[in-house]
Parts: sequence; C-alpha cells; structure tokens
Amino acid sequence: MATMTITSGTAPAKRRVGVLAGLEHTATLAWRNLVQIKHNPMELMDLSIQPVMFLLLFTYVFGGQMSGSTHAYLNFALAGIIVQNGLFATLSTAVGLNNDIQKGVFDRLRSLPIARSAPLAGRVAADLVKQLWSMLLMLGIGVALGFRPHSAVGVLGAAALMLVFALAMSWLSVLIGMLASSPEKVQMMAFVVMFPLTFSSSAFVSPSTMPGWMQAWVKVNPVTSLVDAMRALLDGGPLAASLTHTLLWAAALAAVFFPLALRAYQRRT
Amino acid sequence: MEFAIQAEGLVKTFGSTRALDGVDLVARAGTVLGVLGPNGAGKTTTVRILATLLRPDAGRASVGGLDVVRDAGAVRAAIGLTGQYAAVDEMLTGTENLVMIGRLLGLPRRDAKSRAAQLLERFALTDAAGRAAGTYSGGMRRRLDLAASLVGRPSVLFLDEPTTGLDPHSRGELWDIVRGLVADGVTVLLTTQYLEEADQLADEIAVIDHGRVIAGGTPDQLKAQVGGQTLELRPARPAELGPVRTVLAAVSGHEPELSPTGVLSVPVRDDAVLPALVARLTEAGLVAGELALRRSSLDEVFLTLTGHREARPHDDADKTKVGV
Ligand SMILES: Nc1ncnc2c1ncn2[C@@H]1O[C@H](COP(=O)(O)OP(=O)(O)O)[C@@H](O)[C@H]1O
Ligand SMILES: [Mg+2]
Repeated sequence: MATMTITSGTAPAKRRVGVLAGLEHTATLAWRNLVQIKHNPMELMDLSIQPVMFLLLFTYVFGGQMSGSTHAYLNFALAGIIVQNGLFATLSTAVGLNNDIQKGVFDRLRSLPIARSAPLAGRVAADLVKQLWSMLLMLGIGVALGFRPHSAVGVLGAAALMLVFALAMSWLSVLIGMLASSPEKVQMMAFVVMFPLTFSSSAFVSPSTMPGWMQAWVKVNPVTSLVDAMRALLDGGPLAASLTHTLLWAAALAAVFFPLALRAYQRRT
Repeated sequence: MEFAIQAEGLVKTFGSTRALDGVDLVARAGTVLGVLGPNGAGKTTTVRILATLLRPDAGRASVGGLDVVRDAGAVRAAIGLTGQYAAVDEMLTGTENLVMIGRLLGLPRRDAKSRAAQLLERFALTDAAGRAAGTYSGGMRRRLDLAASLVGRPSVLFLDEPTTGLDPHSRGELWDIVRGLVADGVTVLLTTQYLEEADQLADEIAVIDHGRVIAGGTPDQLKAQVGGQTLELRPARPAELGPVRTVLAAVSGHEPELSPTGVLSVPVRDDAVLPALVARLTEAGLVAGELALRRSSLDEVFLTLTGHREARPHDDADKTKVGV
C-alpha cells in the first residue's frame, strides 16, 4: 500500500510551454485520438466500411443506368463519393471535441501543464489522418474495381486538395463542437446540412438534367467546384477554374471560421 | 509556505446566477479540507477556479503559494484534479489513459508506462488495465480517474464529489485511498454532499451554501456548535436491518436515518436510551454489530446552519436534498 510516494519531487514549475513541447503534446493527443479507433467499432465502421459501402452501392446500383456501364460511372463518380465522404468526416471533429467537453476529458487536459492549443491541434491532426486513410481506401478499392487514374500526380494532387479543403472545413466543425449542447445534436446537424449540400452538386450526376433553379444553386455550391477539381485531377479534364474556386472557398471558410473557432475554443479554455 | 490552498473573496457569476458570493478558504499543507454543501452551493465552481479552469470575477486564490490566475501554468504543474464526473477516455484502455497523461507531462514512453503500471497496481486495476475504460464499473472509473490525476505526483489534489454515485463498498475503498494519499503528504481539497464523508476524511470543514462559506472548523468544533447526541447502530446481520430499525424507532421516538454505509442513526437527548435499546434488541433476539452514542453528527450541524426553516426560493426540491 505504501510502496509509492506520491509527493517525491514535484514536477518543475514551468510557466511557459515551449514550441517543441507543444508539438509533443499535440502528437500525444493525436495519438490518443487514433488509438481510440481500436476500441470503437463504430468509428472503424465510419472510417472504413461506410466509404467502401457507398463506393460499391453507387457503382453497381447507379452505374449502368447513369453512364451505360459501371466502369464508366466509377470513373465519373469516384471524385464525388470521396468528396461526400470527406465532408461528412469533417464533422467527426465536432463530435469528438463535443464529446470530450461533455465527458470532462477537456477539463482534465486543461488542468495539465500543457500547451493550450494541443487538445485542439491534436484532434484536428488526427482527423486529417483518418481523412487520408478513408480516401486512400476508396482510391485503392476504386482501382480494384476498374478505376484508372489519369496520372499519379493527379492522385496526389486530389488527396492534397481534399485534405486542404477538409482542414478549412474543420474550423467550422470545431466551432460547432464548441457550441453544440451534445454530440447527438452535432450528428443530427451533419445529416440535415451535409446530405443536401453534397447531393445538390455535381458529385453524382451531371447537373444538366436538373431543373433550372437547382442548376443555379449547384453552380454556386462550393461542393461542386471541389468535386469538379477532384474529378479533373483523378479522371482528367479542365482544372484551372474549379481548382481556383475551390482554393478560394477553402481560404474564405478558413478566414471566417478559424478565428471564430479559436475564440470559442479560448472561451472554453 | 503556511497554506497549501488559500482563497479570499472569490466571486463568480454566470449570467444572473451568483455561483460564488465571496468564498474564503484555507487549507494547511498535508491536511484534508472538506468543502461541504448541497447541490448548487458552488463547490464545483470553487474547485474549477482553484484548478485554473475558471477565472474568478473578483477575489484571489493561490495554490502552493502560486496565484491561480497569474501563475496558472505553474499551478497546473503542482495540482491533480478529479472532477465531479469521471473524466477518463472511455475509448482508451486503463493503461493508455495513464500513459497519455504521463506523456503529456513529459515522461519518456518507458517511464510513462511504468508509472501507469504502478498506479494501476496501486488502485487494483491491473486486471482491467488492457480493457477500454468504457467497460469499467463506476468505482473502477473513479479509481482510474483518480490515478490519472496522480500521474504527475501532485502536491495538492482536488477531488470534486469523488464518491457521489458510488456504492458503499467503493466509497470505503476511495476513502482508504484518500487517507493513503494524505499519509504521503498530499494536501487534499475534497467536496462532498455527504456529511459522514467530511466527518470521516476532513481535518477542517468549510460548509458552503449559496456561494458563501457559512461555517468552518474541525468536525468536532462544528458539532459542538449544535450540541445534542446521536445514537448510531450498525446491525450485525444486514438482513436484520428492518427489525432493528423498528426497535430503534420505538425506543428513541425518531425515525432512524440510514447512512450509505449501513449505519442507522437517531438523535437522542437522554442517555438512558442506550441501555433501553440494548434490552429491547436482546429481547427481540437482534444483534447490534456496532453501537455508539456520539455528539451530534454533521447532518444536524448542517441543518442547523443552513436552516431548513429558512426559505430557499431559488432552489428546487432536488437541490436542497442533502446526502440522505
Ligand atoms: N457554466 C455555468 N453556467 C451557468 N450557471 C452555472 C454554471 N456553472 C455553475 N452554475 C450555477 O452556479 C451555481 C453553483 O454551481 P456549482 O458550483 O456547480 O455547485 P455544486 O458543485 O456545489 O453543486 C448553481 O446555481 C449552478 O446552476
Ligand atoms: Mg458540483
């Protein structure tokens, strides 16, 4: 019982957390968020089974009707499926942060002498790793099903673009996570906002058959420019306009939501 | 350093709620300060300010001689916090939870692992070390949470209602752990709604209500403020609780209170109750495992101090219920 001394040598009273130490804290907390997957079958499903399921369903259910062959549709739709999955995944940042707040894990972390930004940065970094994993999985299975990427550089570019856009979106997600009263509410919002947002775009069909008012919306929907840019990178086609649009959107999202998210985070920190 | 914890005139408002209305506290190093109060009294808010999670609107506080606002970083390095709800990561194993804290505190991986193993052993969690904390029982979670707050060998430990919601057995285990920590020299601030708990563990008690400390002192001093005596009885055989209770009620003329640890208690004015009770129990073939006549419990002290007769307009019924 008394084999352990609790008080021997109190930790040195450091006042400021150095940059290097801050990075270590971030890495440790990112590790924590990734190790969680091991014990959470639901998350494994979100990250792996769901993307693959959508990929298979879209390809084999819609493929023949949409493009005459599953193969042709896969080449067209893979970008859209990846984008939809990636945008849904950005909301896991909100769910995770909110969960940590409600469960008191955040208070525990905040009572430790660590960098203030580490819990946030660790979460965002881990979610980007998860994002990358799902994307690579879908690309790999897409290739197994017959998808032939336009070029290797294009694939890398598409992965990078998706991560950049996801990072920009994640600040909106952080803001939601800080303000929402429960993880369930966040999940509901994900469904109600993300579903129409991703479907009313060029993700799964060419907008030309949609009614005029919807085409007008699809055209301004940022998801459309992201999908078009991803499609151009993966499958070939004109890139410049959609890529510029996407990057501008990402910059705008980050410019608006990064400060708001940070302020909300600091108010809870 | 004379006081490990010192707070003066802490004020905190949330919107129109004045959660703290000038709280003063001190705890000598190496002692247990019990902060006792009903739900909504301001216990958690006080702990959160002392643990640097909240800034006070007015007043000042220091922990280990360090100001909780100006030297927040240094305070964090000296304290451990176990919040009101077990803040363990349910998706990590017991070991992973503790290794994470160790790594965050700058321990090399190997040291973090050995420290985790040592704490898990200390808190009888070794068998569950490899299981996700989400599968733990309430008592196990509490112990893991407490272990997590000890990874950094804090000199001051905050325990916010550490036994609320625990069964009597787990509660007793936690009490033993707290006593062990104090024996090792840790200063503990413990909040509780249970008067018995404050009585058992605290060297000094601060009674808090509506964001103010309304009484303070050692458990004995507080009891002396009220006078009277309490008869406590623990049936030798748990199955006899019902009949013993009936006899006790008949002899004392009061409905006995049952504590979470299975002790019946009634206020008594007359010393003759004791022999009368023994006679009646023997007659009925019942056995008292423990029987004691003590000065008034903190329950009565608390009721006297907070005054049930006093109107409490902004408290709902649930909030005024005190550790029964
Ligand atoms: N974040 C908050 N926002 C609004 N009111 C709060 C907040 N935290 C506490 N309160 C209020 O402050 C008072 C004291 O709360 P608290 O310190 O949690 O009491 P205790 O821990 O003793 O139950 C209560 O009336 C509570 O409703
Ligand atoms: Mg509380």
